[in-house]
Amino acid sequence: MIGQLFEPGFFTNGAVHTALIVGAVVAVISACVGVFTVIRSQAFAGHSLSDLGTTGGSASFLAGASNPLWGFVIAALAGAGLIELLGARRRSDRDLATGIVLGAALGLSALFLYLDTSHSSTTGVSTTILFGSLFVLDPSMIPAAVALTVVALALLAGSYRMLLLSSLSPELAAARGIRVRLIGALYLVALGLAVALASLTIGALLSTALLIGPPATALRLSKQPAVAILAAALIGVLATWLGILLAYDSYNWPPLGHGWPVSFLIVALIFSFYLLTELPTRLLRTLRPNRQPLANAGPEP
Amino acid sequence: MFSTLMINTWLAATIVAVVAGSVGFFAVLRGSAFAAHALPQGAFAGAAGASLLGLNTILGLGVFSVLGALAISLLGKRGRHDAVTALTLVLMLGLGALFLSFSVEYAPEVYSLLFGEILGVSRGDLLPIALLGAASVLAIVALYRPLLLSSVMRDSGEARGLNSRTLEVCFLLVLALATSATIPVVGAFLMFSLMIAPAGSARTLTANPLTALGLSILIALATVWIAVAAAYETNWPIGFYVGTLGAAGYVLARARQAWQIRGHGHLVVAEQA
Repeated sequence: MIGQLFEPGFFTNGAVHTALIVGAVVAVISACVGVFTVIRSQAFAGHSLSDLGTTGGSASFLAGASNPLWGFVIAALAGAGLIELLGARRRSDRDLATGIVLGAALGLSALFLYLDTSHSSTTGVSTTILFGSLFVLDPSMIPAAVALTVVALALLAGSYRMLLLSSLSPELAAARGIRVRLIGALYLVALGLAVALASLTIGALLSTALLIGPPATALRLSKQPAVAILAAALIGVLATWLGILLAYDSYNWPPLGHGWPVSFLIVALIFSFYLLTELPTRLLRTLRPNRQPLANAGPEP
Repeated sequence: MFSTLMINTWLAATIVAVVAGSVGFFAVLRGSAFAAHALPQGAFAGAAGASLLGLNTILGLGVFSVLGALAISLLGKRGRHDAVTALTLVLMLGLGALFLSFSVEYAPEVYSLLFGEILGVSRGDLLPIALLGAASVLAIVALYRPLLLSSVMRDSGEARGLNSRTLEVCFLLVLALATSATIPVVGAFLMFSLMIAPAGSARTLTANPLTALGLSILIALATVWIAVAAAYETNWPIGFYVGTLGAAGYVLARARQAWQIRGHGHLVVAEQA
């Protein structure tokens, strides 16, 4: 049974080892940051910052830098600053500011990719930037990436209580003397760092998936933030490891000899976890409409 | 620049600008910027799937953007769609990665689906854009009043018997329609910038909804026309010009607004004196 589940070589393959470790680390960090992203309804900013990271990455490719890490980080931080600067207090205006910054960044990406491909003719660079892959990772980037991760997590841990209060109720936080705008800006910096590193190591697609999917699922299971962070980390690691295992096994699936992309498998698992927690509550609500409070019953015909 | 070869490009650009300006106005007003990004970008997976099965690209784009719109509006909670939008987007992109991995020859076309190929529009491309574009503009005209009411004052709209949930589904379907028509020509990224930036600038410049809608279309037209001309002259991708011009326009509009507020402050002081 175990032998059938784990194809031969799974535990001895070096690339798989790296992917398992890196995937788990990114999943845990994304869970910590992502619970706040979901509470604060900043999924769009989280997704945009990972796209911005790739803009920085393509800029550093173009400039001939051997290590795209700083390109990713600088672009994501600049993007976080611009979103904060342009964004007003209302939620819809914040999304508009995010959209403007993202639009400009995608335009720059188009230019960098065009200049890059016309000089070095690297086809498929747009797909790499869109999806990324877990199985290609440069070990020389690891020390700097770890240091930046520590910075992001320290920002979160240092402002945990203030961040939580200003995320759940900005008015109450302001009344207690918390500088909500400053906390929001610090949070965007942490988000930018975490997302830039995630999109560099596992690609923009998986970065968004791990940032939003497991936290959204966990917040449906528990309203306690600390419990939700723990559950999100567990769900994220489980989805990542299962996805990597399935991708490794998929060489024996039809069509034979062609592996299924690991990013698709992880995303599919994350989405099904979310549906598993979402659908039962919806079904209960439709099956027992009389349990609804009177206020929602609607006007008399 | 105005040769017969370029006529189709100018026509396509004009149609796309009118569609993006009008649909984008409501996308910005309703705070649906994320959906305006997710539907075009995710729909490309449909094109990849259609090419894998040997079907029409626009059909694939249409099916995927409609499914995406339904998933976002049905799974989302009242007024909070962002997490569901992100999940729908990554699922669609994941499916795109799966389809792409099975088809070898398709990969180079991804670039044009994302970044557009407006300098190579054929007469055959023009017809579906014109038809689907006209349909989405007509839908916006038909839904104008209820959409406006439910976007600006949701509660008052509901009190007058508007179902904001149904309206949300309708609006996202219009967005999907506009998306699938325009992506093959202008690309997913360009369509997104063209929907958000001009509408954002227009809304900053005026508070009157009808003026803002007209201004949004005008700014979109100006952006696209300048971008086509610049892309033709420099051979750089048109998406670069649309993205940066749009953002620059928005920053200018915000600067004008800030300057006006300060100007009014002076006015008040002068009157008091």
